[in-house]
Amino acid sequence: MTPAERAKQPPAKVPRDGPKLTGPKLEEKLAETWSNPPGFIGWLSSVDHKDIGRRYVITALIFLALAGALAIVMRLQLSKPDNDLIGAARYNEIFTMHGTTMMFLFAVPVMQGMQIYLTPLMIGTRSNAFPRLNAFSYWTYLAGGCLLWVAFVLNIAPDIGWFAYPPLSGPQFGVGKRADIWAQMVTFTEIAALAAAVSLTATILKQRAPGMSLARMPIFVWATLVTSLMVIFSMPSVALASSLLLSDRLVGTHFYNPAENGDALLWQHLFWFFGHPEVYIIFLPATGFVSEIVATFSRRTIVMYPIVVMSLVATGILAFGLWVHHMFATGLPRIGYSFYTAASMSVSIPTGLQIFCWIATLWEGRPRLQVPLLYVIGFIFTFVIGGLTGVIIAAVPLDLQLHDTYFIVAHFHYVLIGGAVFPLLGAITYWYPKATGRMMSETLGKVSFWMIFLGFQLAFFPMHIAGINGMPRRVYSYPAGMGLELPNLLSSIGSMVVAVAVLLFVINMVVSLRGGLKAAPNPWGAPSLEWATSCPPPKYNFPHIPVVDSRTPLWDAGEKMSVVHGLRVEERELLLTTVMHAKPDLREPSAEPSIWPFIATLATTVMFVSSIFSPWAVVIGAMPVIIALTAWFWPKSPAPEREPVIS
Amino acid sequence: MSLQPSFIEDVSELPTHAFSYRSLTWWGIIGFMVIEGAAFALAIAAYFFLMSQEQEWAPRPWAPPGLLAGTLFTLVMLLSEIPNTMIKKAAESYGIGMVRKLLPWMVGIGLLLFVIRGFEFNSLNVLWYDNAYGSIIWALLFLHTTHVATDWGDTVVLWRLMRTPHGEDPRRLVDTDENALYWRFVWLAWLPIYVLIYWVPRLFQ
Repeated sequence: MTPAERAKQPPAKVPRDGPKLTGPKLEEKLAETWSNPPGFIGWLSSVDHKDIGRRYVITALIFLALAGALAIVMRLQLSKPDNDLIGAARYNEIFTMHGTTMMFLFAVPVMQGMQIYLTPLMIGTRSNAFPRLNAFSYWTYLAGGCLLWVAFVLNIAPDIGWFAYPPLSGPQFGVGKRADIWAQMVTFTEIAALAAAVSLTATILKQRAPGMSLARMPIFVWATLVTSLMVIFSMPSVALASSLLLSDRLVGTHFYNPAENGDALLWQHLFWFFGHPEVYIIFLPATGFVSEIVATFSRRTIVMYPIVVMSLVATGILAFGLWVHHMFATGLPRIGYSFYTAASMSVSIPTGLQIFCWIATLWEGRPRLQVPLLYVIGFIFTFVIGGLTGVIIAAVPLDLQLHDTYFIVAHFHYVLIGGAVFPLLGAITYWYPKATGRMMSETLGKVSFWMIFLGFQLAFFPMHIAGINGMPRRVYSYPAGMGLELPNLLSSIGSMVVAVAVLLFVINMVVSLRGGLKAAPNPWGAPSLEWATSCPPPKYNFPHIPVVDSRTPLWDAGEKMSVVHGLRVEERELLLTTVMHAKPDLREPSAEPSIWPFIATLATTVMFVSSIFSPWAVVIGAMPVIIALTAWFWPKSPAPEREPVIS
Repeated sequence: MSLQPSFIEDVSELPTHAFSYRSLTWWGIIGFMVIEGAAFALAIAAYFFLMSQEQEWAPRPWAPPGLLAGTLFTLVMLLSEIPNTMIKKAAESYGIGMVRKLLPWMVGIGLLLFVIRGFEFNSLNVLWYDNAYGSIIWALLFLHTTHVATDWGDTVVLWRLMRTPHGEDPRRLVDTDENALYWRFVWLAWLPIYVLIYWVPRLFQ
């Protein structure tokens, strides 16, 4: 049969979901089709977005704990003047590990993990667009994280800050392999983030449930789309920057070497062209969490949905126009100062609009003060303070005074912990029943919320004062008698409170896994599709693909849920819909589990780690990668089927 | 599902493949094209940033790169679009015979391009460790070489795959179509890089 004839064939007579195949019989067949192969190899081969998302989140939380432990060590060192708990060199390593881990191994991956887990459920599809790419993304992220932390254990951790400015990180001053390990860790995590972003973008644009036009997408999915596009446009910048740094260090190029007419500031431009959008890559998913939680716990639709969506898009675009505000102290033309000050201040407008929309939703609704909403209120309070200090330091004269002081440390912890971690903890509490089938303890949740919220203010508010009093960042000690003792002691006490509170949060997660109350399918009375399936969701997510005719499908569904039918049940098949209006368009097969993404990661890891030592490793190491990728894509079944499959 | 289903539409008649923006593969390819395009754009920005550090470009005493190999490479790339378009059209009209016939040509053109690229590296008149100018010229050419190599590897695998019975699966023709699209991107991306490597150092010396 020619391909042209094959393309015109009517659908094969194979089992499909529908009125004749529904209920337990259908669920049994679908469970078999969408399950992982048995054993450890099967576990490594999983391409289920829920497995990948869960692994992402748990791994990121482990990195949070590790980087948090380092923060405690730093706070112990700084709890009194002239302390000698740790020396200057070790302190350099520790703040580098803390910042690098928090930004590259915790904040971005945890958000992507949540997006990978939730997006297909929220848009009503069985899997994501490129399941094997997704699995590859997770393994590559894990390999990058292991590279950094194994180096730390072996006492060759980077000591150049999370931003790795040359010349400190260049061949002249960054002796040994510490800077190379940092740069290559960046390569791993960027590949992971980019792979996940491409998969999420295609999933959102092509796999939404019929009827879920762009204007009906949950706001969290909008936030995911915007951040995925931001990842796609910004991460190549840091990947390029770190590749040029590696080549300066390994093969003697001069990109950042002023002696040969390179420029160290080139690094800062490339790094911050990524680094500033990265802040919003972390923050925008958090605003997505907030929008979902606010709507559910206010028991009404979000006020001015179009404004919230446009704010997300506007923030995503503006985020690419402010990177130079990280470089005010390097000296700029006057017009540069004015432009980037104005741009930095302008980004507060869409964010401010979102905050007003949330407050209006709470005002108009009937709020239930349960733990997820408490975190949202804590977020609004803390983030507004961080946003205001951001507006302060957008002004060049103030920035030049406060640059590299603890005022900046206070500002970005208010923005990142207040703006991203608080909503994340709320989101974990909110979607915990979805992932586990159990509720987290409300009492323990409230205790840990208040401890985290108050402990955070105690830990970070005094840093503003320490910064104004002139305490520089990244210095391992400070002398007595400069008014720095009290703010530092308070910060150290506050950080211990936060640590205990986070521990309580984790204990709550672990204990609730077995002991929590059993969750109903929609325990919070939420409006979005992820709650239309059981808790935890089955491997195939939905027995039938739901049809959506509003922004709040579950609130409007009534007794029955409209669905489409006719997808195959003995092979993995997805329904693709049109980009704008989500009209049913195609049935495409979805990839079966495969060990090859894992093997491809192993091959990539060997190539990247060896290339720290020799440029030839790139050429030789590419061969196993090519073999693994070819095996990944090559069809495994002996002959093509009449209805296509990806085996 | 917690709610009872109400069946409103049968989707079993929908096709199982489509070309261009209707397919997932297209969106994946576009995603990676944007990533690589962004990397090229930033490398070009770095080029101009480093250029602003010099009084002349190429800086004395280095001569600008020799034109012959680079121009020949550009011509072959532009001409390669003829078989590339033929493959793309053949794939879209399910012409498996034509696809099978033409794919080895693209593999051969790729090999020819690698040979010319070798001469290009040899005619840059500067080494990557001479100065920042040399570094960025080499970086652009190296980046583009990895680009050509990626698509060439992809084309080789596709060529072998299309010779098997799997080639008769219409979805493999969608893959062929997208591979041809990617090749367009590879040569389009080359054009500004060609100007930056070979002509800008002539114009600003």
